[in-house]
Amino acid sequence: MRRTFLLPGLALAALMTVSAPAAEISAAVAANFTKPAEELGKAFTARTGDTVAFSFGATGQLYTQLSQGAPFEVFLAADDKRPALAVQEGFGVAGTVFTYAVGKVVLYSPTIDVTDGAAVLKANAFQHLAVADPRTAPYGAAGMQVLDRLGLTETVAVTGENISQALQFIESGNAELGFVALSQVVDKPATQVWRVPAEDYAPIRQDAVLTTAGAGDPAAKAFLQFLQGDEGRAIIEKYGYEVK
Amino acid sequence: MPSVTEIAQPVGLTLTLALIVTAILLFVATPIAWWLARSQSAWKAPVAAVVSLPLVLPPTVLGFYLLLAFGPNGPGGLIAPLWGARTLAFSFEGLVIASVLYSLPFMTQPLRTAFEAIGDEPLEAAATLGAGRRSTFFRLVIPLARSGYLTGAILTFAHTVGEFGVVLMIGGNIPGKTKLVSMAIYDFVERL
Repeated sequence: MRRTFLLPGLALAALMTVSAPAAEISAAVAANFTKPAEELGKAFTARTGDTVAFSFGATGQLYTQLSQGAPFEVFLAADDKRPALAVQEGFGVAGTVFTYAVGKVVLYSPTIDVTDGAAVLKANAFQHLAVADPRTAPYGAAGMQVLDRLGLTETVAVTGENISQALQFIESGNAELGFVALSQVVDKPATQVWRVPAEDYAPIRQDAVLTTAGAGDPAAKAFLQFLQGDEGRAIIEKYGYEVK
Repeated sequence: MPSVTEIAQPVGLTLTLALIVTAILLFVATPIAWWLARSQSAWKAPVAAVVSLPLVLPPTVLGFYLLLAFGPNGPGGLIAPLWGARTLAFSFEGLVIASVLYSLPFMTQPLRTAFEAIGDEPLEAAATLGAGRRSTFFRLVIPLARSGYLTGAILTFAHTVGEFGVVLMIGGNIPGKTKLVSMAIYDFVERL
């Protein structure tokens, strides 16, 4: 009995592989870039017919997976350290590293008017300030730099594992305010978001790199080109990032 | 290399938390397990399912809902102001509550099994010999269920020590206050 089912199944599978004309690119993408990446993927598919399969995760974890032979063809990191390291360690293609987005840090609070964020921080009339872990998350490190710059080194912050968790701390009301990425709160009213002056923290460059697994795939290269083109840049800017 | 205090502080905090949680659960889980073992109620299966829920939910999901519940907009916002806080999260007390909920099935299940294994006969014998409910429980049930208590206590203690997703979500990783061993290890790994 089983064999009669198997044959049409095999035929169908064969047909599907033959009839798929477009390539599928696998991309490892930092979790903070989830929304723009999905829109970029759709726009790229609309233009070229090729699809992009995204694996979202923390930059460090994705990097470790890459180093252990994960079959990602494109790596969009949340920092500029890992892509350079990937090239150095031999699983990124030299000369393909570029900055696809520059992240901006904001102070966000749904309940306190943070139009003058520096004054709010100095007044210290809150119980919990949320940041991402400054040792591992670039936005967390930037937040701590802002506090240092304001001379508020004594301020104790609650740290989330990453900026998503920092945002959850704030959105759930457990922390009154915190440092998050502009891209996370780009649609919030101006009084809830204080855009930290760029000179108060080291720029958060997010670099991309073509991996050795994607070196032979023209579609993967085309996707990286697309990120640097006008259409790609417009999408990235829309989500609260700066482009170079 | 991490300094001694960087290791000693989370270790001390974790052991304190695990001891407190185990002690609380010995008292909290006993009536629940007893009811689950002896009751004929139609609610038995649903209650057993709810008690087992922490086994099914991913820790970060459970942590996320606890975070909402602990916040100013949840029940935590009613309790925390009693001692001047805004939220139950980011405090040692919050970790205790979260861990008690998270480890509940690890204490309840062994106790329930142990209570069920006693059966009706010893209880009926005790009743015919004139023992009251209280003395039956303390002089008969607890000694007979001691292996269940031991298993439950060990499981709860170990599970609390090893907990990561929930406590990371609820605790906010504050050194000396909510930073536990599992988070310290994670931090060291991430820093490599």
